[in-house]
Amino acid sequence: MFFLRLLAGVSSALAAVVIAATAWAADLQTLVTNLTTGSFGDRETAIGALAASGDARAAPILEALGAGQLYLRKADNVVVIGKPDGNQLALTEAVSGKPAGTGSEAELDRVRVNNRLRGVIEAAVGSLTLMSPDARVRRGAADSLFKRPDPAALGALDAAIAAEKDARIKTAFQEARAAVVLVSDAPKQDKLAALDVVRDKGNRDALSVLQAAINSASDPEIKAAATAAAASVRQSLAAWEAAQNVWYGISLGSVLLLAAIGLAITFGTMGVINMAHGEMVMLGAYTTFVVQDIIRTSFPHLFDASLVIALPLAFVVAGVVGIAIERGIIRFLYGRPLDTLLATWGLSLVLQQAVRSIFGPSNREVGAPAFMSGAFQLGQLTITYGRLWIVVFSLLVFATLILVLRKTPLGLYMRAVTQNRPMASAMGIRTPRVDALTFGLGSGIAGLAGVALSQIDNVSPNLGQGYIIDSFMVVVFGGVGNLFGTLVGATALGIVNKFLEPYAGAVLGKILVLVFIILFIQRRPRGLFALKGRAVE
Amino acid sequence: MITRFLWQGMGPSLRAAVLFVLAIGIILPLLNQLMPAGSTFYVPAWVLQLIGKYLCFASLALAVDLVWGFCGILTLGHAAFFALGGYCMGMYLMRQIGSRGQYGNPLLPDFMVFLNYKELPWFWHGFDQFWFAAIMIVLVPSLLALALGWFAFRSRVTGVYLSIITQAMTFALMLAFFRNDMGLGGNNGMTDFKDILGFSVQSDATRATLCFASALVLAIFLVISAAVVGSRFGKALTAVRDAESRMRFLGYRVEGYKLFVFVLSAAMAGVAGALYVPQVGIINPSEFSPGNSIEAVLWVAVGGRGTLIGPIIGAFAVNFGKTYLTGALPEVWLFALGALFIAVTLFLPKGIVGLWAQVRKARAPA
Amino acid sequence: MKLGSILKTGMVAAGLLAGAAGSALAQGAPIKVGVLHSLSGTMAISETTLKDVMLMLIEEQNKKGGVLGRKLEAVVVDPASNWPLFAEKARELLQKEKVAAVFGCWTSVSRKSVLPVFEELNGILFYPVQYEGEESSRNVFYTGAAPNQQAIPAVDYLMANEKVQRWVLAGTDYVYPRTTNKILEAYLKQKGVKQEDIMINYTPFGHSDWQSIVAEIKKFGSAGKKTAVVSTINGDANVPFYKELGNAGIKAKDIPVVAFSVGEEELAGIDTKPLLGHLAAWNYFQSVKNPTNEAFIKAWQTFTKNPKRVTNDPMEAHVIGFNMWIEAVKKAGTTDPDKVIDAMIGITVPNLSGGYSAMMPNHHITKPVLIGEIQGNGQFDTVWQTPGLVVAEEWSPYLPDSKDLIADWRKPMNCGNFNVVTGKCGGKGK
Repeated sequence: MFFLRLLAGVSSALAAVVIAATAWAADLQTLVTNLTTGSFGDRETAIGALAASGDARAAPILEALGAGQLYLRKADNVVVIGKPDGNQLALTEAVSGKPAGTGSEAELDRVRVNNRLRGVIEAAVGSLTLMSPDARVRRGAADSLFKRPDPAALGALDAAIAAEKDARIKTAFQEARAAVVLVSDAPKQDKLAALDVVRDKGNRDALSVLQAAINSASDPEIKAAATAAAASVRQSLAAWEAAQNVWYGISLGSVLLLAAIGLAITFGTMGVINMAHGEMVMLGAYTTFVVQDIIRTSFPHLFDASLVIALPLAFVVAGVVGIAIERGIIRFLYGRPLDTLLATWGLSLVLQQAVRSIFGPSNREVGAPAFMSGAFQLGQLTITYGRLWIVVFSLLVFATLILVLRKTPLGLYMRAVTQNRPMASAMGIRTPRVDALTFGLGSGIAGLAGVALSQIDNVSPNLGQGYIIDSFMVVVFGGVGNLFGTLVGATALGIVNKFLEPYAGAVLGKILVLVFIILFIQRRPRGLFALKGRAVE
Repeated sequence: MITRFLWQGMGPSLRAAVLFVLAIGIILPLLNQLMPAGSTFYVPAWVLQLIGKYLCFASLALAVDLVWGFCGILTLGHAAFFALGGYCMGMYLMRQIGSRGQYGNPLLPDFMVFLNYKELPWFWHGFDQFWFAAIMIVLVPSLLALALGWFAFRSRVTGVYLSIITQAMTFALMLAFFRNDMGLGGNNGMTDFKDILGFSVQSDATRATLCFASALVLAIFLVISAAVVGSRFGKALTAVRDAESRMRFLGYRVEGYKLFVFVLSAAMAGVAGALYVPQVGIINPSEFSPGNSIEAVLWVAVGGRGTLIGPIIGAFAVNFGKTYLTGALPEVWLFALGALFIAVTLFLPKGIVGLWAQVRKARAPA
Repeated sequence: MKLGSILKTGMVAAGLLAGAAGSALAQGAPIKVGVLHSLSGTMAISETTLKDVMLMLIEEQNKKGGVLGRKLEAVVVDPASNWPLFAEKARELLQKEKVAAVFGCWTSVSRKSVLPVFEELNGILFYPVQYEGEESSRNVFYTGAAPNQQAIPAVDYLMANEKVQRWVLAGTDYVYPRTTNKILEAYLKQKGVKQEDIMINYTPFGHSDWQSIVAEIKKFGSAGKKTAVVSTINGDANVPFYKELGNAGIKAKDIPVVAFSVGEEELAGIDTKPLLGHLAAWNYFQSVKNPTNEAFIKAWQTFTKNPKRVTNDPMEAHVIGFNMWIEAVKKAGTTDPDKVIDAMIGITVPNLSGGYSAMMPNHHITKPVLIGEIQGNGQFDTVWQTPGLVVAEEWSPYLPDSKDLIADWRKPMNCGNFNVVTGKCGGKGK
């Protein structure tokens, strides 16, 4: 086994380096210094030379360059790698790898790169890290080579395939090799075989490689085969696209559900037309911002937990404000639902302006914790973690709410009060207290929604405005007073919207959904799941 | 004959209101035209324009009050009718620009030229004639109201549900008008008007006339509303508001009553919008925004719903406050406005007019 | 004869007296400067900053003794993101407050709304935001970029340096993106890009669910050709757009996005680490290193009492516009609009990007164009810069109806839409 590795190493070195024998001799120091001088074009040549040196120390240097962490120290012109460490940068000498103390941005000149260079670096690092002991690094190397096939890497890839033991990474290497073959001047037979490999990969990147092959093919047979392969990939992707739309719909639906579910309580069961509902969502989002701000300055290691910490706080903040609103304003307006609309509209203006005065009118940054960043593949479906967590979270909130309403004394009182207030009161339920708590619960849930929405939308004083109309539509469409209606309504509207969007465009799609709701209400004036009753009104 | 009949049908306070509105509409423009610029009695053109704007808003408020205060339909979409009337007027005004646009195209408005329109979209034809535009100003909002009302009232969509679908309607229209593909100027809407009926919109005389026209229209609307509300029909309308089912059981066709008043009110809003546009100089989709409709409802609430004078007082009070505060206290005026709305709903359920009645009652010997 | 000379003397004397009275009055009263930016509503997010910049500039100028020996006084009003209210407030500033100049507006629609008012009352407006062009008014000075000072150099850069062959033109559905994309489309086709390699997509204001469109972009980008997105997406919608891009793993290396409406202020609301390398084209970046800029940033952060406050391009435009106005007032020796408007053309002041900007006869200014890549710290790295200053093309040569038009507000032409073919003022000049 060791022999194989050794062989691989030698062959990769041979493949890339034989021509650049002089570079081999030139010491790393010069190569690295070259990185820091001249124009972007010169830098590109320098990167090529460094990569071609095959030196094991080159990879971390190039990676640092790509990440914008390579610096030239002004004092002594030494090239250093700087990693953020508090407000300072922890430095290591690039060539020797020795620690070089700390420094601030002001004492250093960052070696600048642009997109093009980042691409070149990625490809270079890719061919340098094919033999890395870390499986994830090897996988990443394969992916970057697939996206940017470089004929020079063929030898290194062959060696890597021979040495690889992990079956999945081996496949990735083979796919990368196929992509490389397609751009090289390999014989026709090899290219045709490579087309099959790429076709079987079957995702967007594969399609991109195939299209490039079509564009550049001079041989009609290859061109035909590539066209056929692209068509087959496209066909299977079309099926996945429908699934993708469903997922997008569910994800949009979950956002609508989160925004609407608090309203389903305050509006749906209490009959308060709460125009300040959106502002409760906004309060939740700002709570998240404040929590993250404190964490950033005082407890940076807790950052990934910031949302979990923010959740209860957002619930409490929005809930307390909600209770205050109920005690201060709403309770005088029971039996005058339309008046609650007017008062809460005024309130929403006040809350917006208050937030604007306190936090300023511009957007606030709410970062994504690690577990909510990035995406994973499910077949050809790209699912982003952020959206997935929001879907899960919305369902959790929904389930909890149902439990609270069904299984707790508070839920019992709430249902009693909304169904028959005088009777509930006669049974000894303190209706004013239940009213306040119900409104607080609805507002608190809006606050929870704010935590989730801070991940995908602006955190600005206008945040709530964007959701208020949609929320009302969802609640009315689903049927006032019915939480399951809200769930079904939100999901249905989300999916319909997402299926319309590719054909009608985002604007027209939304208009069509609104028209649909208007017409639907004509057919079923009480929404999707109307509460059955015998009353006339 | 009819006017005398109408006149007699109104109470003294209404008569006073009509006269007062007309007086504003006559005296202020005259002061602007006749007084020299330095005189203390001179009314500058910008004041005239403000008053004209308030008068249009008052007409809109009156329209909202007719359906909400007297028929119990809380509409959250009346700004849509207002804006549609405004758009019809805007289209007429755009066609009047003719070849005086930036590109000097005799047929196409500027925004069409730089979006590469080759010919005028079909719905723009006819708007070069004032009579056609005038018909459309009434017709377009009325037809929309008829269509929406026809379905909604027949399906017995009431209360909050109706409010929400009117809101959905104005929201959908706003999104639609924002689209540049609509051929109505997209977000920029229409602006830079030159002439109305051959008179320059920038001349003080035209402004004075428009201000007078707004006052006249408001006065006419007041008379019409008073006639509607004061008639047997109006009594039935109030009954529908107070006990819809009972009316239905008594054999009244409730839908018909609601539909009539809804369409009438939409037409009134449309005319108000049409007068508003030449005075402010722009019409654009944000006029459709749901917030505008809610604000119109709030003017009615502030002034006093279910009265004909209330909405006018409310529209003037709130808008004057807005004009003053956005200049005097630009940072905090929203606090004042928001607090006003809360306070009015909490403490003045019958609005300013109701307050006046309360005070009078308190003073009267028991 | 005698009578005539008496009359003449009398008139001269009266004129002198009036002049003296005028200047006596001038000594005391401050010069009013209008600030017309939304402080509430949807546009407050962008415009409030500009109001603060104006207050700071006026305060600094007053510390230097004002201008013409008079202090400046800011008159701030709130048009509340409401376009008719913009016109109303503009009229209030000009007629009631009698301001000498107004600095304001952000959106094109707000400028279109106030334009007739400024022309009617002969006011002066400084408009600080990049816009679609196709306009030149005698009463407006456009200190932001025209499309050729932003969009076209950005596309050139991507073509030359990133070898982009396929283009997504994504924008919010309003006039600026529509016009810019029309211009870009014509430009790209002229450069040999085929229709099938251009995708145009419009979204509503404040669009927040970008999943489908990001997927669409990804799909369009998998055609084997280097693809880039040219984004004219408006302010608020950008945050969710970039968040979605970051999450969907679209890296700048694969599909770079170049934006014309995303500056430091917008980035302050996003975690920019996933956006490393996406581009923006502006005429100024906070990261530009030169003493003028560093002094400005320092003054701004002191004024706002926030050491992290960022600066951006429209702020720079106001700085340039304000300094130009001061110079013009000094040159004219009065704040009389006609004289100041005439004095403005040719005024040159330092910009913050390390050079000088001049007011051209078309009432637009010369600017350098900078292409920057987003960095992890919310700032931009300038990766390319036009070698010299770019003169604004207020009428785009890429639109069929505007290619023959020019604006020149010098005498004798004195026209905003002069047709060079017919030789007449007024568009097509029928």
